[in-house]
Amino acid sequence: MRIDGKGRVDRARPVSFTFDGKAFSGFAGDTLASALLGADVRLMGRSFKYHRPRGVLTAGSEEPNALVTVRNGAQADPNTRATMQELYEGLEAVSQNRWPSLDFDVLGVNDLAAPFFGAGFYYKTFMWPKAFWEKLYEPMVRRAAGLGALSGEANADRYEKAYAFCDVLVIGGGPAGLMAALTAARAGAEVILASEDCCFGGRLQAEDEEVDGEAGCSWATALAGELATMENVRLMPRTTVTGVYDGGTYGALERVAQHLADPGDAPLECFWRIAAKRAVLCTGALERHIAFRDNDRPGVMMAAALRGYLNRWGVAPGRRVAVFGNNDDAHRTARDMHLAGLDVVALVDSRHDADNKAGDVPFYPGWQVARAHGAKGLESVDLIGPQGATKRLQAEALGVSGGWNPAVHLTCHLNGRPVWDERIAAFVPREGAVPGMTVTGAARGTFSTAACLREGAEAGLAVAEALGHSGALPVIPAAEDTEYRVRRLWAVPGKGRAWLDFQNDVTVKDVKQAASENYRSVEHMKRYTTQGMATDQGKSSNVQALAILADATGRDIPETGTTTFRPPYVPVAIAAMGAGSQGKGFAPQRFTTSHEASVARGAPMVEAGLWYRPSYFPKPGEKTWRESCDREVKMVRESVGICDVSTLGKIDLQGRDVGAFLDFVYANRFSTLKPGRVRYGLMLREDGHVMDDGTTARLSDTQWIMTTTTAAAGEVMKHLDWVRQAYCGAMDVRFISVTEQWAQFAVAGPKSRELLNGLLDSPISDDGFPFMQCGPVSIGGVAARLFRISFSGEHAYEIAVPARYGASLFEVLLGRAEAMGGGPYGMEALNVLRIEKGHITHAEIHGRTTAFDIGFARMVSAKKDCIGKTLAARPGMIEEDREQLVGLRPVTKGRTLTAGAHLFDKGAEAVRTNDLGYISSVGFSPSLGTFLGLGFLRNGRARHGEEIRMVDHVRGTEEACIVTDPVAFDEDGGRLRG
Amino acid sequence: MRLTCPICGERDRREFYYQGDAVMLDRPGAEAPAQDWADWLHLRDNPAGRTRELWYHEAGCTAWLVVERDTLTHEVFSVGLVENADAD
Repeated sequence: MRIDGKGRVDRARPVSFTFDGKAFSGFAGDTLASALLGADVRLMGRSFKYHRPRGVLTAGSEEPNALVTVRNGAQADPNTRATMQELYEGLEAVSQNRWPSLDFDVLGVNDLAAPFFGAGFYYKTFMWPKAFWEKLYEPMVRRAAGLGALSGEANADRYEKAYAFCDVLVIGGGPAGLMAALTAARAGAEVILASEDCCFGGRLQAEDEEVDGEAGCSWATALAGELATMENVRLMPRTTVTGVYDGGTYGALERVAQHLADPGDAPLECFWRIAAKRAVLCTGALERHIAFRDNDRPGVMMAAALRGYLNRWGVAPGRRVAVFGNNDDAHRTARDMHLAGLDVVALVDSRHDADNKAGDVPFYPGWQVARAHGAKGLESVDLIGPQGATKRLQAEALGVSGGWNPAVHLTCHLNGRPVWDERIAAFVPREGAVPGMTVTGAARGTFSTAACLREGAEAGLAVAEALGHSGALPVIPAAEDTEYRVRRLWAVPGKGRAWLDFQNDVTVKDVKQAASENYRSVEHMKRYTTQGMATDQGKSSNVQALAILADATGRDIPETGTTTFRPPYVPVAIAAMGAGSQGKGFAPQRFTTSHEASVARGAPMVEAGLWYRPSYFPKPGEKTWRESCDREVKMVRESVGICDVSTLGKIDLQGRDVGAFLDFVYANRFSTLKPGRVRYGLMLREDGHVMDDGTTARLSDTQWIMTTTTAAAGEVMKHLDWVRQAYCGAMDVRFISVTEQWAQFAVAGPKSRELLNGLLDSPISDDGFPFMQCGPVSIGGVAARLFRISFSGEHAYEIAVPARYGASLFEVLLGRAEAMGGGPYGMEALNVLRIEKGHITHAEIHGRTTAFDIGFARMVSAKKDCIGKTLAARPGMIEEDREQLVGLRPVTKGRTLTAGAHLFDKGAEAVRTNDLGYISSVGFSPSLGTFLGLGFLRNGRARHGEEIRMVDHVRGTEEACIVTDPVAFDEDGGRLRG
Repeated sequence: MRLTCPICGERDRREFYYQGDAVMLDRPGAEAPAQDWADWLHLRDNPAGRTRELWYHEAGCTAWLVVERDTLTHEVFSVGLVENADAD
């Protein structure tokens, strides 16, 4: 119901919305929770396990009950806290975890079966028969338990992530936070002030109290306005700081457009990473509940929330109101409700010696609320008094206050544990728990407004001064300064279920049962009962639960301790944390200069690391990739093919000592290489396994170009940096990656020189440019580099031009090749060509093979040290029984080999103990008319010519194979030359 | 976590690649016994407390760094260039 004359919503601006399909109206400034209360809706959800009817409990982000799904379809946002959802025109919200309706929920029968569903019920009930779990138990449990459901559609909303830097991050926009920000900013510090609320003021927005002679909320709004005008202040409303990380890094979630009917271009949410030199934590305190029978009835809520709904939003769950507390703050709720003209039927204070501070209301010192009545909404409460007196009072609303817990969560994210403060019967932050963070105000147990204002200002000044600024304390405004007194009360004794964790349906009995079953550690109790494991992380119930555990195990609270506080403080959508990383944003895409031309020719592009490369270039009439691949292989073998090889890593090394450096990083020798020559190199890891291979060209005395494989380019660069900086500091060597600066194309086939000579400004000859030669050339006046190297085994070149000429050179090369009966070839053909030649790729040098295994043991130079040399020489690394690189082909021509298949002796059972190796690469060789494979076979070099059995357990196939030399085509390499 | 690269200044840890113990700097001589090599390459202490470790400013200046850090508190004591580090 709306209360006339109360609240600060804009009653001139009605806002319509729907809840469970029914139309309602609230006002601008409402949250969904306040608008529903204003419309006399108390029942807002069903609980997780027992499907108990639940109403809103709090007015903040700690809300465990009022979880709804807002919007619909792909935009549906489940488990939205109605207390955090600001109302906008047309908002659609539906309740969760009920069927067929919130009012009548079939699975509400779970509540009747509750005696069977206590702590540990899943563990005890569904143990056997084991086979039933997947088929029967799990689907059943999943149907019954759970909160909102995902839409199952791709999220259409925009999210964003962002970074911010500041001198001082003030976390929390209440009285302490405002004063801290003001003081630090006036001293000259760059300040970010993050407020979880849509406005500033914190509790001042929920209270009817004065600051500096005006309404506290107005004072806060005015101060926030002043801060907004300061250039060194960034105000971040609707921003919850969710986590504290090392080195002054903070995570924060900004709800940018969750409150807008039409976000326009704005993201729904933004996840911030904020690097702050200092932080001032002003997160305030969270009120805790008291456990008594059926304390979860809709209409029972936290006392300060009840008061906040009245003062800020002008709503109440009913006209007759009772208040139950163990501290002075609860009295304020009774006072405000009474002054607003509501019927306060009782102020119940468990402390027999408490004084009534609420004014003219029925006061019950030494009494407790023992039970709440009313299934879908509170109807009455039972009180018990001294000497067993009882009383039943009609009430639609009950405000409960079990005291206040400082919001210590963020102070514990770096492993800090809070300390128990008996004065306020709550945990407070440990001093210095987070380096660079000062805790102030209610977050450290300072509860009066005046003290919060003063502490905030002092903290703001102290951090600014610590950063070298100088300032002064501002005038501290006059404000409420009453003492907070509390006396422990966790649960009211009695029969029936008294609830602790509302979201996970944990009762006092569950905690006691955990203790009796010897789950005495608070961490064990938590996991056994699921106390505090829901999305609200037990913010309004954890302390009661551990106090009850302490009591049940005969320990005190400090000894029992708390569970671990971990980020995030509030639930953060994965969509926000992963903003921008969906779809194409998941990984960068690297495109070669020939990309568009390849796509235009219909080439399917395949990923090679982050690069995209053409798989094959289909011609009209070709129905399968194999037809295209076979044609391209023949084309290279018979005329000329063009392939973009720019994705290979290219590293430009310069200096007098490059040769010596290369001798050290490569297994084989490079210092003897003459300018104008190219050499194949094998690079080892320090453990003696092969890291990478490639060719390195010496352009001049002091300049060299190394190529790496596409896959290992980054790893090799990192390795070279390491070796030079760690071991070769005295050498005159510098290098840089030039992979993206040069476009490089293979021109391969018998007609390759003919093609190039039609293009180069000065033609080349075999004598002038023999195999493994390199040198500068010119194409139409553009300086280029030519390398006579061959991966295909053909007479071939690679020509490199500055990347800006890549696209046009590719077209020119293709045009000339096609005029000569050639054309482009893709990765499939490239793979077949190299398998025919027995050339290795990372399918073979996959990190577990040595130079010995691939038949290159002699490349490891005996005349010099190199990375990996010593450990490559260990006996186990060079023994004949290792799996060695071999070629394979099927005994029956036309049969298929498969990569990944394992090798066994003829007649041996295909089991692990008989495993002799595996196939690493396969392809159909059109040149030889058979499938060819490369693989690793135990003692394989001694077994050429033998028959071996390939068994593919995954595909369920097997094939008889002949073991051969890895080189299947043009064994003497004659085609390379001439 | 943030590291102060001696070349680039203070940066978020995501610019850096973590390698491992700085013992990698103390590469045995070519003539050292195989056992020394195997120990150097494969055996690592796992201290709770102060460590000397290697980081690579991969998304920055590509300098390899020696970072002295506490594995319990995550406090960073110093960041130096591998290039200037003494093998000890």
